[in-house]
Amino acid sequence: MNRSVLDVRRLLCPLPVIRTQDRVRDLAPGERLEIRCTDPGVRHDIPAWCRMYGHRVIGIRETAGEIAITIEVVSDEGHR
Amino acid sequence: MAEPRTAVALISGGLDSLLAARVILDQGIRVEGVNFFTGFCVEGHTHAIRSRDRDRPKRNNALWVAEQLGIRLHLIDVSTDYKDVVLNPRHGYGHNLNPCLDCKGFMVGRAYAWMQEHGFDFVITGEVIGQRPMSQRRDTMPVIARESGAGDRLLRPLSAKLLPPTLPEREGWVERERLLDFSGRTRKPQMALAEHYGFRDYAQPAGGCCFLTDPRYAAKLADLWRARAARDYELDDIMLLKVGRHLRPRPHFKLIVAREEGENRFLEGYRKQFTNLTTVSHPGPLVLVDGEVSDGDLDLAARLTARFSQGRGSPRVRVAVARGGGEPRILEVAPLPAEEIPAEWYL
Repeated sequence: MNRSVLDVRRLLCPLPVIRTQDRVRDLAPGERLEIRCTDPGVRHDIPAWCRMYGHRVIGIRETAGEIAITIEVVSDEGHR
Repeated sequence: MAEPRTAVALISGGLDSLLAARVILDQGIRVEGVNFFTGFCVEGHTHAIRSRDRDRPKRNNALWVAEQLGIRLHLIDVSTDYKDVVLNPRHGYGHNLNPCLDCKGFMVGRAYAWMQEHGFDFVITGEVIGQRPMSQRRDTMPVIARESGAGDRLLRPLSAKLLPPTLPEREGWVERERLLDFSGRTRKPQMALAEHYGFRDYAQPAGGCCFLTDPRYAAKLADLWRARAARDYELDDIMLLKVGRHLRPRPHFKLIVAREEGENRFLEGYRKQFTNLTTVSHPGPLVLVDGEVSDGDLDLAARLTARFSQGRGSPRVRVAVARGGGEPRILEVAPLPAEEIPAEWYL
């Protein structure tokens, strides 16, 4: 399974979501993306964005001020 | 059966755009939202940075609104193109550095371009006649429609009955009778409509959603332009204006002093780009220096850094000074007494 990493540490809301949205546009269904963040708002925003487009949040891991969210692309519909 | 008509809604995350989109969804129109990131959005930034605000719920309100509506939201970074709006507003600024009329025209224009690119039929906004002194007046609303290029494909559902019929109304895509006639600064009709739809917990930003309307922020931006003798900025510049205490002890440099742990962490990310200072003999803030500094300037910067540390009452404080990503050297200085810091140094 293809898995890539997006580093959006230091970026503040809504840039982590914007960068995620832009990266997911290039991924195929089934691919996974780990998003590394520092803005605590991503705990709400990235899952909310995933619900909106039908993507799946696989896990959220937190360590020393960093939050890593892994998502799986379910559909490429709607990313235009 | 005919395909439903489609509208793109400007979603700010506030109540008005939430209601405008809801009213149009009620008429069977398919709606998708756009939200533009300018770099000046108040949206949670200071809350995300400051430790003392970490108990507050954090969310992007535009995403929250879209979820409430059950629509898709497209978040679009326009920060580069937006510079021209901030630097060269055709209609000038409001009380501070807020180019509200140009800003609204820009955003509606971008939404209209999105509409054309994606084959949608019209654009909706949450604008209300008389709600804002610059961009939401009866005489400026046609200016926005004209200058954005959207013309009569721009529908303001909350004030539509007070405005000439637009194309979606004339063509019968939406029923004008089911649109609204809100006007003025009162929020009561919006709150009643929110209650009707069962919307609670919506964002109510005090003082607007844009840092450019904030007098202290605008003063810091104006100072930046003066100091650099150029009206320009990068995204990092405008982010840093949101953080810390800013002091300009000399025309050619200023200090950005973290006020608490969260700001310290945030400024850490900029250490390699700036000359920076931090106290080593006492707990204290991380301080960034914006500008080219001599050794004499660094001595003053170190004394100020010591002043904002817990060593402020000590005769000598040791301060680590590093230029960019270089090795730090230690200066031992006397903290600058409070009475030797003129009020005008604070931006």
